Amino acid sequence: MNNWQILWQARDQFWSGFLSTMTIFGVSISAAFVIGCVMLYLLEGSRSRTTILLRIFIDGMRMLPFLILAYLLYYGLPSLGIRLNAWWSGVGALAAYHGCYFAEIFRGTRLTFPPGQVEAAKAHGFTKGKMFLRLILPQIIMQTRPLLGNQLIYALKDTAFLVIITVQELTAAANSLSGTYFIPTEAFIVVIGCYWAVSIVMEVIIKQCGRFSTKRGFDNA
Amino acid sequence: MNASAWNMLLEGAWTTLWISGVSIAIGVTAGLILALIRIARIPVIDQLLVLYISLARATPLVTLVLFIFLSAPTFGIQLERSMAGILALTLNTTAFNAEIWRSAFRNFSREQREAAMATGMTPGITFRRIMLPQMIITSLPGLINEMSFLIKGSPAIAVIGIVELTRVTNRISAVTYEPLPPILVACVLYMAIIGCLVWAQRITERRATRLAM
Repeated sequence: MNNWQILWQARDQFWSGFLSTMTIFGVSISAAFVIGCVMLYLLEGSRSRTTILLRIFIDGMRMLPFLILAYLLYYGLPSLGIRLNAWWSGVGALAAYHGCYFAEIFRGTRLTFPPGQVEAAKAHGFTKGKMFLRLILPQIIMQTRPLLGNQLIYALKDTAFLVIITVQELTAAANSLSGTYFIPTEAFIVVIGCYWAVSIVMEVIIKQCGRFSTKRGFDNA
Repeated sequence: MNASAWNMLLEGAWTTLWISGVSIAIGVTAGLILALIRIARIPVIDQLLVLYISLARATPLVTLVLFIFLSAPTFGIQLERSMAGILALTLNTTAFNAEIWRSAFRNFSREQREAAMATGMTPGITFRRIMLPQMIITSLPGLINEMSFLIKGSPAIAVIGIVELTRVTNRISAVTYEPLPPILVACVLYMAIIGCLVWAQRITERRATRLAM
């Protein structure tokens, strides 16, 4: 029996690892997206104490490696009496970390947002929340989509770090398979292929979004 | 935390720094060479490089480190841990650096190249005396940004047992049973390292815009 046949028989393990990675990725990215949007909303308006604190928090987060944040949640929080299991601390760390990156990406585009639109909305009697939800957020999301796509790929790559805090995902599956059957090369080639395929699919989706957004006129701001 | 814990943390920071430093040095040079090869557009090699860059962009560092470290012995290569770590980080960062160098090359002003040709410079001399000095300045902000990404990715090498700045916190807390202080100190050290790079990036960006080709 050659190595590839062994891997084919162990396909269930790969599949469950893949599903686990995609679940972690999906949950954390959705949470990160919401966190990014909320942070953008909080950064709206004048420079108050909260906006300055939030800016410092975001900048600080961007200076840390992802794994140290996961360590902080997984090993550090129990000494404060909060005990999270590996899965939740991994997802929480991913969401908080990439939420800050999303917020920073959004903020960069918000700076170049045409102020005339905001004034027109105010003149029409939009409340701050409505204006943000209906006018600012959709345009900013569509305009930042290439950067968002990049960030999504980074987030996918960061899910592999969770193997270090013992989360069972795709890389962990390859690691345990290569340990059991001693076929590391083939196992990791399959896993790298999976990551590659997912990131290619994401790039295609982002491109399709580009088509949608030109059709709806988001690009002529 | 006592003195030995501080010592261990600083040693971990040093390990992170030297491994990242070696990978950055190799990665920046190799990226330039790859960019030059891609610009020459040699048929089969060009496609292979496109494939490599696309793959390296999508492969998580942890997976790459494990792959290299575990599968090298099956090819009969004995790799030390730190060598495997350096190799993985280099493979990853070279792909990004190649793209940065290539875009600097493609955005280089045509007039200057034509002027160099008109004054009778050979392509080699044009590249060395005219293009490279300016390309270094214009691509430095991007390269430094990539360096800070590399340092943010460097904890991946902990997975094969290299005791670097993130891993060392485990060692300390195994003795003191207090994981929070070493992790927080490691956070501060990382912030210091990456903060320096961000600061350097800002300065080089200002220089690059002043040059404005």
